[in-house]
Amino acid sequence: MTDRALSVVRAGALTTVQDRGRPGHAHLGVPRSGALDAPAAALVNRLVGNPPEAAVLETTLGGCAVRPRSTVVVAVGGAPCPVSVDGRPAPWGAPVRVPGGALLDIGPARWGVRSYLGVAGGVAVEPVLGSRSTDLLSGLGPPPLTDGAVLPLGRPAGPPARVDAAAQPGPPAELVLRVTLGPRDDWFTADGMRTLVTRAYRVSAASNRIGLRTEGPALTRALRGELPSEGMVLGAVQVPPDGRPVVFLADHPTTGGYPVIAVVRAADLAAAAQATPGTPVRFRVVGRR
Amino acid sequence: MKALPVGDDALLVEVSSGDEAQALHAELLRRRAAGELTVREIVPAARTVLLDGLSESARLAARLAAWEIPPVPAPVEEPIEIPVRYDGPDLADVAAVWGVPRDEVARIHAAAEFRVAFCGFAPGFGYLTGLPERYDVPRRATPRTAVPAGSVALAGPYTGVYPRSSPGGWQLIGTTDTVLWDHARVPAALLAPGARVRFVPVACG
Repeated sequence: MTDRALSVVRAGALTTVQDRGRPGHAHLGVPRSGALDAPAAALVNRLVGNPPEAAVLETTLGGCAVRPRSTVVVAVGGAPCPVSVDGRPAPWGAPVRVPGGALLDIGPARWGVRSYLGVAGGVAVEPVLGSRSTDLLSGLGPPPLTDGAVLPLGRPAGPPARVDAAAQPGPPAELVLRVTLGPRDDWFTADGMRTLVTRAYRVSAASNRIGLRTEGPALTRALRGELPSEGMVLGAVQVPPDGRPVVFLADHPTTGGYPVIAVVRAADLAAAAQATPGTPVRFRVVGRR
Repeated sequence: MKALPVGDDALLVEVSSGDEAQALHAELLRRRAAGELTVREIVPAARTVLLDGLSESARLAARLAAWEIPPVPAPVEEPIEIPVRYDGPDLADVAAVWGVPRDEVARIHAAAEFRVAFCGFAPGFGYLTGLPERYDVPRRATPRTAVPAGSVALAGPYTGVYPRSSPGGWQLIGTTDTVLWDHARVPAALLAPGARVRFVPVACG
């Protein structure tokens, strides 16, 4: 095998390969998938000189550790975390040269949920429908990392960025999600609508790449019965029978039968991806049809 | 026809029947192919078509009302044939709901011509319509934790074929060896929205 590869020493709680996903196949039931904190994934790619579509690793809370077979330039971003090379501290949010055979350890997130590891050349697992992303809903793409797995790397495209550190957003005390109401806000009572936009929710520990689940007051429905299955978008705030809103993230189902009360602005979804369980959530209306 | 805004760059176009949704879907595909419509996703469903990734959604919403939607164009290709062993564990239950002898289920099901109304649930899972309304069946009261790949199943007005093993609450009437989804194949999905399908009974071995 080529020496351009990473051996997985510690896979961590859930580490997946992610790129910009596989949009354009929703009509076949294929979720878009892709990095949840897309700006962070784009930044680590830029730091190591990759094009924006290169595949990176997305960790979940606990980080991961890998050993490159030959010397590579890497960068860690997204959720801030300790980074070390063979036990020596290395910078977060900046290009780092890791010698072949050295252990690159990405520690637990200090805040936030998902750290991103960009590697010069990108993770070069076989693409599926044009994307290397792991899709946890439908099982497309490579499986989540396991200890001992080997990930091939591509050829570096260009030199790493000449920066010491890149600014990234700090931890939100509260997750404010700007929403446009609809398309199914008429399925809820006036009281339910008021509840959505005035009361505080918290991020539920049951959140994952499919959706940000919330805990808080239930939204009361004006219409009973079932909504015929309809197409779903990224950021849709779907309200299941328990009345607690769920914000659809990258691995969301392409169709669904629960009413969507509002849609979160795409620009706010990166913060949603980094909100730890218990974080207060507010929905703020910015558009109305 | 009603166009509901969905966030900033999507529209959910609502019509009054499944047939109208299929006709609208066909028209949207035609307009996209003709370069009259720029959109990332066209996702048909039961009574709607979602247009996601539109640059000027408000303008399209205003224009849509004036569109003439022709009926679904006459098919030019033969239907896709899916050989089925009608040996599913829920055949007797379906026969009871339909009020027919058990052996009749296969004959009735295989006599219909189906159309893929939309996909969802899993890559390559199509919701096929084509059975007369009197053959609608409820989902099972308790979903199965694992339905084998290739299971041919009924729920509500729809027939579906499980592309791979997954949990499911549909009524299982048969099994096929046809591969519904193979991402190494082009196209990966055997059934795309709009495709016509016939189920061909084969002997249960």
